[in-house]
Amino acid sequence: MVMFTLRRFLQLIPVFFGATLLVYFLVFATPGDPIAALSGGKPMAPAVQAALRAQYNLDQPFWIQYGLYLKNLVTLNLGQTFSGQDVSAVIGRAYPVTARLAFMALAIEAIFGVLFGVIAGLRKGKLFDATVLVASLVVIAVPTFVLGFVLQLVIGVQLGWARPTVSGAAPWNELILPALVLGLVSLAYVIRLTRASISENMNADYVRTATAKGLSRGRVVLVHILRNSLIPVVTFLGADLGSLMGGAIVTEGIFNVPGVGNLLYKAILKGESATVVAVVGILVIVFVVANLVVDLLYAWLDPRIRYV
Amino acid sequence: MSENLTPETDLTKPVIPAAARQGKTSSRAIVHFVAPLEETPLAAIDNVDESEAPLSLWADAWRNLRRQPLFIISAILIVLVLVVAFLPQLFANVDPTSCTLNDSSAGPRGGHPMGFTLQGCDVYSRMIYGTRASLMVGVFTTLGVLVFGGIMGALAGYYGGWVDAILARLGDVFFALPLILGAIVMMQLPAFRDNRSVWTVVLTLVIFGWPQIARITRGAVIENRNADFVTAAKALGLSRFNALVRHVLPNSLAPIIVVASISLGTFIVAEATLSFLGIGLPDTVMSWGNDIAAAQPQVRNNPGVLLWPAAALSVTVLSFIMLGDALRDALDPKARKR
Amino acid sequence: MRYSRTSKALGLAAVLAMSITACGGTSGGNNTSAAANTSKAITANGTEPQNPLLPANTNEVGGGRVMDLIFSGLVSYDVHGKTVNELAQSITTTDSQHYTIKIKSGQTFSDGTPITAKNFVDAWNYGAAAKNAQLNSYFFAPIKGYDKVSADKSTLDTMEGLKVVDDTTFTVDLTAPESDFPLALGYTAFYPMPESAYKDIKAYGQNPVGDGPYKLAPGGWKHDTSITLIPNDKYQGPNKPKNGGVTFTLYSSPDAAYTDVQSDNLDVLDQVPPSGLQNFKTDFKGRFVNQAYAGNATMTIPSYLPEFKGEAGQMRRQAISMSIDRQQIIDKIFYGNKKVATEFTSPVLDGYDANLPGSDVLKYNPTKAKELWAAADKISPWPAGKVFTITSNIDGAGNKEYITAMANQIATTLGIKAQLNPIATFKESRNLINSKKLTGASRAGWQADYPSLQDFLGPLYGTGAGSNDGDYSSPAFDAKLKEGLAAKSVDEGNKIFNQAQEILLKDLPVIPLWYQAVQGVWSNNVTNVEFGWNGVPLYYNITAK
Repeated sequence: MVMFTLRRFLQLIPVFFGATLLVYFLVFATPGDPIAALSGGKPMAPAVQAALRAQYNLDQPFWIQYGLYLKNLVTLNLGQTFSGQDVSAVIGRAYPVTARLAFMALAIEAIFGVLFGVIAGLRKGKLFDATVLVASLVVIAVPTFVLGFVLQLVIGVQLGWARPTVSGAAPWNELILPALVLGLVSLAYVIRLTRASISENMNADYVRTATAKGLSRGRVVLVHILRNSLIPVVTFLGADLGSLMGGAIVTEGIFNVPGVGNLLYKAILKGESATVVAVVGILVIVFVVANLVVDLLYAWLDPRIRYV
Repeated sequence: MSENLTPETDLTKPVIPAAARQGKTSSRAIVHFVAPLEETPLAAIDNVDESEAPLSLWADAWRNLRRQPLFIISAILIVLVLVVAFLPQLFANVDPTSCTLNDSSAGPRGGHPMGFTLQGCDVYSRMIYGTRASLMVGVFTTLGVLVFGGIMGALAGYYGGWVDAILARLGDVFFALPLILGAIVMMQLPAFRDNRSVWTVVLTLVIFGWPQIARITRGAVIENRNADFVTAAKALGLSRFNALVRHVLPNSLAPIIVVASISLGTFIVAEATLSFLGIGLPDTVMSWGNDIAAAQPQVRNNPGVLLWPAAALSVTVLSFIMLGDALRDALDPKARKR
Repeated sequence: MRYSRTSKALGLAAVLAMSITACGGTSGGNNTSAAANTSKAITANGTEPQNPLLPANTNEVGGGRVMDLIFSGLVSYDVHGKTVNELAQSITTTDSQHYTIKIKSGQTFSDGTPITAKNFVDAWNYGAAAKNAQLNSYFFAPIKGYDKVSADKSTLDTMEGLKVVDDTTFTVDLTAPESDFPLALGYTAFYPMPESAYKDIKAYGQNPVGDGPYKLAPGGWKHDTSITLIPNDKYQGPNKPKNGGVTFTLYSSPDAAYTDVQSDNLDVLDQVPPSGLQNFKTDFKGRFVNQAYAGNATMTIPSYLPEFKGEAGQMRRQAISMSIDRQQIIDKIFYGNKKVATEFTSPVLDGYDANLPGSDVLKYNPTKAKELWAAADKISPWPAGKVFTITSNIDGAGNKEYITAMANQIATTLGIKAQLNPIATFKESRNLINSKKLTGASRAGWQADYPSLQDFLGPLYGTGAGSNDGDYSSPAFDAKLKEGLAAKSVDEGNKIFNQAQEILLKDLPVIPLWYQAVQGVWSNNVTNVEFGWNGVPLYYNITAK
């Protein structure tokens, strides 16, 4: 187990370089000149353009640009944004907010997803099951930018139950509404995954055995069925944590959350490679760690799965 | 399917008589009663005609599927959606591209049952004509990620070790890349620049969407690769690879089917997102996603324009979810009601 | 699932727009209501400044809003766009080329150091020098010596056209006469910087010391979250704050800000989002404004397109202009919140003339449009199957809808195919325009830097001018422009500029569509909200209840 974990951390190194190289190239390959766009369509003196290009190494060929980036990275210098701020400071502000939001969304997905999924799976084809199905269809078919907008209008403005937007410090309580919107689509996945697993395992031999032994239904469901049904759910949640940590452009935009999603989106549009690469670099680390945790959970959920 | 090896009961605990535990016991409490042979399933098993060739898992599933009402309903719906997609002119006789601001946001009237969009286009006609592109994006992207992600995930989970290390980490790299960035670059490739089509969108979504299915498949395969039936099959001389294809994968399909059937809907919505950002379908291609995105600013005053394509999307997703459910039940011999 | 989140181009404040302050002269009197509380701060919407807060490096609204409150220049513009002297005692010239500027004595920066002539000269030299890479450097282009300091790899840092005479006097020599040069002096680029700024310009850009009605609160710039300004007690000008400070809450989308004003979490919003255009008058009864400001929307048809060359090209441009029913688009897409354009500038400017000869070409006239198009086809036929495209970046909200509507109108009237050519990012669309690779028309527009007709004409249609995206070139127009700039007074110049516009109305290098209007709303917690000539609220006049 220790070796397994250690090996996984060693794999981080090639993954990190692979991802940053790829994303650096993608930003490099986006059409348009980031410096010309800085002027906003107004004229810009050619000498000013040349000076700015040199400042961001944009006058260099791709490999030199990437090399210079890596060189700075060694000294923990993540570069600067076009507005002259340190990328490390910008990311340092945005990531804690996104992490809070991601954590809450994941908690909503996990708790309600599993709960509703279990009930729907146990009462397959009954009213509750059908209601959950219809509700998740709405969530799937109506895009977040509509759902978030409507929820904000109704709950935030018309009913006044919550602040419609998140204030500067992004405290936990103000993040409930955005986290709910963010978690809803994935909630549909978790519910259906749990439901499928539960209904599949309900007929398993060990369940019959457990029931036959006279165990209470609650214990059978919780200890026997649920534990054996969680692997796909845990897999999904692990992957979802990654995409949540990547930030949520729409939800953050609607609720004005100063998180990674908008930061990344604006940086992509502007062609600000330093920011994009830093965000993706961190994301890759999050993914690898999240997947490691998921793999270790497999072994805990199902003792037949062993890692050496 | 899988057997739990953890000890179930605490043997040190005194056994409490069933009557004393009333309320906590299972409703299917042990009844000491032996059924006559003809009432047990054993009779059916004994009746099997052994001269007949054994049914494969798939043939068995098909036989079971045909009889399920869930399958029949979903199949009818899907056929209907397919017909609309291929022959939209049968269902709508108003040109969806002839729009005039004179009709901007107008309500329903004769020949225009669902009213008009902000640009004055007929909502019903656009919904009908938008079916093709939306369905193509949903179905082909789902197929693409299923095939590509499925293979990657199955190999990674089954073989483990360095295969897993390479394939799973490759998935991590792709999962971390922002879809928008990838799409902006993809649209610039010489092959797509001037003839952007549904396929461009499908390819983009597949390239940046496969890791999710890969992870789900990998998890399911890891869960099953050590199961008794796999060990048994291998003991009977089946090669490692054949055991994966014939036994592990079919038994790992449940979560894959669930995720794929929902993904179909989210891919259709994802197309809306890309189109809205100018990196998806061109405006000349009609799609539900395009129309949903365009209707967003008017949702307070004219929600119908948004709700109709969203409803069409829901029905399509619903039919695929139901199909997925039916298929899953059919593939799981234990869940079958005899 | 990760796709559904990566949606919609919320955010990205319209980079194109540049704002300048409304440090207006009307001091408004003391007619504050009984409940008013002049020590209470107000909140307003803003966006994260895209550059350090340096006068010559601030070229977009996010930074401009703040700069124009923490700095004041030689002149300022009142609520109607009239230029009034602020720090300047006098600006004199005899030939519109050599100016002598005297500044009022006894004025200080917010840190107490006096404002001298040298502060202006140094700041302008700093802004112009290529080695400092300031985005607004081209504003100093009229000054003699600019060509040397702005040359590639130049290490020079002073322009010969600027000379300090004494503590309160300096002279400016231009390379050619420019009668509207004094009008420009209220623009952000021309603000002074204190001596201390140059010691560590990077730190100064994060925490600037200015001379405006407000100053940055200690640690007031919380990036991506808020910018807090407090009154500057050293300020002696006409725009004394009537509130206890302004906090800009930074939004990535105006939709979010709109809901915040609705629930009184935000006091002032100067940009109603497209989703609110239909409802804001009922959502905010008696708490909204809808007025024109110095900006317009146009469509550029580049002169390098083969179909739009020569006489046939001119007829086609006129036909397209007449096939657009501007009023209908305004009514249906913008819910009536704009005004049809009748020329190339803006109605809030001095010298504006709504009835220039030849402005009929901007009126909807489908019959005439069809005739002109047919006549052009006789000279050189429109290629069969050719689609008339209108290129626009769609990463800012609200462009897609009106361009689609316009394309539909053009297609219906002229019987050709017309459609929007959406471009994902602003930088890509800029690239297409700058490298002259457009294959059709493109969306354009202009927002004034300072209230002058010339600012809407020279930079856009002069031969080789910096923002002449369509490569328009007309010797007659250039001559009129030069004549207007050499005029003895601004009024006289405006008459000549309007004659220059008559040439544009014949050639139609761009097709004017409508004048921009600002839709602003405010909360129940504030009163006395007024918007200036440039669509920016007069923040210093707002009082809290």
